[in-house]
Amino acid sequence: MFTDFINSLPPWGLVEAQMFNGLQQGMLLALISTGLTIVYGTLGVLNVAHGALYTLGAYAGFVAYQATGSFVLAIGAGALGTLVIGLVIERGIIRYYYKRPDEDQIIVTFGLGIIIVESIRAFFGGTSQNMPTPGWGQGASQLGFLQYPFPLYKIETIALSAIILLIFYLVLYRTRLGLVVRAGIEDSGMVSLLGINVFRAFFVVFAIGAMAAGLAGVINAPITAPTPDGGEKFLVFSFVVVVLGGVGSFPGAIVGGLIAGEIMTLTSLFYPSLSEVMLYVAMALILIFRPRGLFGQAGRV
Amino acid sequence: MSDNKKWIDTSISRRGLLKSGSMAMGGLLATSMFPGRVLAADGSPLGNYPAGVAKDSCFIGLGCESTGPYSAQGTDMLKGFQLAIEHLNSGNELVRAISPDSKKGILGKRIEYGNVDTASKPDLAIQGMTRFINQDKAIMTAGSVSSAVAIACEKLAQREKVIYLAGISGSNETTGADCQRYGFRSCIFGYTASKALLPVLRDEIGKDKKVAYLIPDYTYGHTVRDSMKEFTQQIGWSAATEQLSPLGTSDFSSYLLNAAASGADVFVNICFGADAVNSIKQAKNFGILDKMTMVIPYMTPFLAKEVGPEIMQGIYCVTDFWWTMEEKNDLAKSFVSQFEKKNGYKPEWGAEAAYLQMAMYAEACERAGTFRPEEVIKAYEAGKQLDTMLGKVHMRANDHQLVHDVPIIRGKKPSEMRSDDDYFDLVSLTPGDDVMPPPDLLGCKLGSYT
Repeated sequence: MFTDFINSLPPWGLVEAQMFNGLQQGMLLALISTGLTIVYGTLGVLNVAHGALYTLGAYAGFVAYQATGSFVLAIGAGALGTLVIGLVIERGIIRYYYKRPDEDQIIVTFGLGIIIVESIRAFFGGTSQNMPTPGWGQGASQLGFLQYPFPLYKIETIALSAIILLIFYLVLYRTRLGLVVRAGIEDSGMVSLLGINVFRAFFVVFAIGAMAAGLAGVINAPITAPTPDGGEKFLVFSFVVVVLGGVGSFPGAIVGGLIAGEIMTLTSLFYPSLSEVMLYVAMALILIFRPRGLFGQAGRV
Repeated sequence: MSDNKKWIDTSISRRGLLKSGSMAMGGLLATSMFPGRVLAADGSPLGNYPAGVAKDSCFIGLGCESTGPYSAQGTDMLKGFQLAIEHLNSGNELVRAISPDSKKGILGKRIEYGNVDTASKPDLAIQGMTRFINQDKAIMTAGSVSSAVAIACEKLAQREKVIYLAGISGSNETTGADCQRYGFRSCIFGYTASKALLPVLRDEIGKDKKVAYLIPDYTYGHTVRDSMKEFTQQIGWSAATEQLSPLGTSDFSSYLLNAAASGADVFVNICFGADAVNSIKQAKNFGILDKMTMVIPYMTPFLAKEVGPEIMQGIYCVTDFWWTMEEKNDLAKSFVSQFEKKNGYKPEWGAEAAYLQMAMYAEACERAGTFRPEEVIKAYEAGKQLDTMLGKVHMRANDHQLVHDVPIIRGKKPSEMRSDDDYFDLVSLTPGDDVMPPPDLLGCKLGSYT
């Protein structure tokens, strides 16, 4: 009886591999979700165009790669492209919506998302684009401890995401800009009274949030071929991650992303068809028992 | 699904209300404008007949997706419908080869159409099709890439008594357990594809293999898996693992890791559209394609273009149409060249299915001599053999499934490609009659005519 149960369990090597895989997926989700959460946390804007910005980053990177053949430049283009678009969107549209109701903000960003995605579709068509794995990411490795080969590029994305997240952390927690932003989250009125233009800081935050999505898009492009609708799923996932980790919390997005990654990969060991469903179950449980999320502050849901 | 059913139910009761009103209106209008026509020997009103053909044009409602994981296939399909409608309206030779009695339009009526982007979601499809049927008085509806959409549209068609023609639909249930009197399918599906593939698998891959399945988690994936398992059992194949993934998955790594760990020799990938592209590219990165032989029982149009010939070389796939069939068939040649001239690329399966279904509908109407759906359906059910770009075909009366030869193709080496579109060798054309299921095997019970 007991041995039957033990035999029905997946082999430990596979569990290890899936845990590692969960780390990779989780880091990417963390990267996307930090963008969403810092924009919401600072500006109070729920940016529904976040998924479209992911797609935009992927395509910007793809175009740069086509033109130059350099993956490093592709990442640069993905980051810069979404950063610039983020600035334009904030100056052109979003800033008029800071004082408007949440519904208006959601609708305007929803519309922006549609415009971005359909522009991409009109220009590139609906077929997915072929972004090859960069030369330094070819092949698979077992890293000395895994029992199954794991794509080298996926391993590298863990490091890439970690570096970018670290930079975001340093900017938010170790610079004057970050100080203003964090103070602004707490009480923007008080910061303004101190003679600091808090909205100028916010304008940078929106662009950085957009850039996080764009970077994730271009980093993920060799794994998931860019399509116009590619960002939709990541928008949904990042909502879940932000709810898990706590709305507006930077560490929450990272921990939430990792938990989401592990939930999906470990569930697939037992019931592959439920791996995404379990993510939403986890979100529902969090909303019932700890509505503010793991790292969120009460009253900010 | 339960939500969708509920939605259909409420829409029908609302439809019931609308229907009586619109019928009365349409009837009034029609009788006042064309006094003789409505009372002609064509028969009693049925569905949108005669309201939908009261003018000198008729309206056709299409549901080709332009967003979602099957958007590329849906866009190709829409182009196929557009070409067929253009050809019918102008009396082009190609369409008249399939429908010899056609002159211009269908029964002299110019064809107009509308398309709704279903995003492969049944609820969006039902909303759009209901609007076409109620507001535009569509005389026929057609198109879809997802079987879930096709089945939902068929059910709507049966209730509304407006014929629906499926586009690409691989589920056995479309003309099996969920078949409808008002639904027709032209393309291959799980059963026929698996049966056609069996001899190739036996000869090229061998007996007694362990298989890792990657399966989209809805009716299409389930029934293709069932058919593959059933047939490959005969050559001693067994499933090592079955990985079900939701439609629209972007990262398949957790499923692929499980497949890699399963110790399988063969990787049967049932994913379609963008899902197929992503899963194949990722399987390559996980080293699965080096260790296992990949088989694609239901080939995604544009796949070779999207993943590249390096990955597709040597891989066996079943499809409905591949453009090099033009070497054996003049109608296919004409279709490929006219389509390419208009759209700038060679048509794929979606465009072929659309064109064929449209031309066959025109043929059935011309033979019936009326748009009245009961007579049109009976014309289809007569099972007349037609010459098409797929060769000789005929519709089965008992389940409304078209019987045609099934092409099996194999990915070419990049060095052997003669042109940019020359991705596959046509390995064989399996006679359609040999691969069809016995008439009552899949549990089809067609509904009533009226």
